[in-house]
Amino acid sequence: MEAALTILLDGLQFSSYLFIVSAGLTIIFGVMKILNVAHGSFYAWGAYTAAFFIGKFSDMGLPDALGFLLIVAAAIVVGVILGFIIEQGILKHMYERDEVLIVLATFGLFLVLEDIILIAFGTDPYFAYQPMALLGPVELGGITRDVYGLTLIGVAAVVAVGCWWLLNKTKWGTLLKAVIFDREMGISMGINVPLVYTLTFIGGAILGGLGGAYIAPTISVAPGLGTEVIVLSFAVVVVGGMGSIVGAAIGSLIIGLLRAIAVHELPQVELFVVFAVMAVVLVFRPEGLFAPAKPRKI
Amino acid sequence: MFNDRTAKFLLLAAMMICVGGAFAPNWIVNQFMFGFSRALAILGLMVLWRTGLVSFGHAFYFGLGAYAVAILDSKFGVSDVFLRLMAGAVVAGSAGFLIGFIMRNYRDIFFAMLNTAISMVLFGIVVKTESLGSTDGFAISASTIFGLAPETKYPLFVIITLVGLTAALLVNFYLKTTFGKLTTAIRDNEIRVEYLGFSVAHAIHLKYTISAILAGGAGALMAMSLGQVDPESMINWTVSGELVFVTILSGPGNVIAPFIGSLVFEILRTYAFELAPQAWQLIMGATFLTIIFFLPGGIWSLIEKLGGKKNEK
Repeated sequence: MEAALTILLDGLQFSSYLFIVSAGLTIIFGVMKILNVAHGSFYAWGAYTAAFFIGKFSDMGLPDALGFLLIVAAAIVVGVILGFIIEQGILKHMYERDEVLIVLATFGLFLVLEDIILIAFGTDPYFAYQPMALLGPVELGGITRDVYGLTLIGVAAVVAVGCWWLLNKTKWGTLLKAVIFDREMGISMGINVPLVYTLTFIGGAILGGLGGAYIAPTISVAPGLGTEVIVLSFAVVVVGGMGSIVGAAIGSLIIGLLRAIAVHELPQVELFVVFAVMAVVLVFRPEGLFAPAKPRKI
Repeated sequence: MFNDRTAKFLLLAAMMICVGGAFAPNWIVNQFMFGFSRALAILGLMVLWRTGLVSFGHAFYFGLGAYAVAILDSKFGVSDVFLRLMAGAVVAGSAGFLIGFIMRNYRDIFFAMLNTAISMVLFGIVVKTESLGSTDGFAISASTIFGLAPETKYPLFVIITLVGLTAALLVNFYLKTTFGKLTTAIRDNEIRVEYLGFSVAHAIHLKYTISAILAGGAGALMAMSLGQVDPESMINWTVSGELVFVTILSGPGNVIAPFIGSLVFEILRTYAFELAPQAWQLIMGATFLTIIFFLPGGIWSLIEKLGGKKNEK
């Protein structure tokens, strides 16, 4: 019983952080049709920025509770700055080019951003345990969990509801859906598509950064962080359906729970399971399990 | 097969490189070995790229080739260079042929992603399996040639060069056959190709298998040149990215391009690493972006411009 609960909670936590990162990836793909490899770098940048400032603030003797503010601030700063520079500086000039070529360009960006992290933060790992220590552990159905890890599930829920609300209940969401549905028609209806693109990219980047910033206190923030995350979130969006928020949620749950089961029951297949599922979904439902219906254009 | 400019140039260049290698210092010989090993895989990716397909997972075949050599070595003690090369190419080629049945129905990002998924499945297996060397990989014993154990790396270097030459000549020949010419035709308009009476699926399947064989051979040669294999530098998705990087860097213009591109890549990487050990990826990434933006035809398009298009056959 306790083992099952551990697996469930591990799985949910893992799904939550996967969802936060993948939501950003899938929004960018849905609106802009860009499969953004550099998304892994947003995650890594978020983690490093948060860890760096949490450590600094703690050294200065400021209250640890500020850490939560820093996490959100790090995500926004990273998302706005990197998102804006990359979209305006590079991607804006590529929208007319082949989709696959844009993927390659983001791969180039990924390499560049990975090294700027090394230059900026060095190769030593960072630890930002303060927020986690602050919340302490809790007894839950016979097992002890870190409260911080459980809040991760809450954050993911907030992100999910936030995205849903933004898309379905606001004027912005309607504009966004119009652009997703038919970009050219959107332009002719007077939607400022370049602006929509820029904001979407920044929004997606903030989510990528948030995933990293929020996970930072639970891990040692070390080089190579973004490399694994990006393929995992690719798996999530492929399983759920590229461009769909609901898909990202379900994809994260499938991948997260499967991986937690594998880690506890059969560690040898941990990575294998994730990508085998991705491959199987691609083979039988290339558009993903929950891809939004596409209008046929002639 | 031998009577066009490209073939003549290849033969001449291979001869000069083999002779030159005898007098070149060790580090240059090494650069050429790594470069030409990789070039074999690039040659295959170039065929796909001409068809408009980019695989973000060819490290799967590269890794299969490399690990075929490693397992033959550690489990069966096979050290003959040709047996090893054959094993790498055959294992990867058969896998490519089988997976090709699925892959030939995919295009664009889905093609790229399915390849990524498959390569990461292999990565996941190798990393977690003790008997496959896990994250440490294997060291590979020195290759022998017909039972003789050479004292220097020069014989292996000559073999790699000759294998590269053979592969380049074959691909060059293939691209001139009707089936080979379907590459760009498929990229431009699949429906028209079908109307002409060709099967796009068959054509893509064949090209995919060719690229798998070449990537497997490349992995085998790379494993022998490096003397070791490990999943991080042979199968992880970043390796696939690297292969695509060199393909774009080289340009699809000519079968000579992958060899020049791979050499440039090796030299770039060595120097970038020496100049700025913490920033070599940055230099590579920036180069990559520059190529995508300003030189869509890769290095080969520069050579064409310099030669005033004279190199066109």
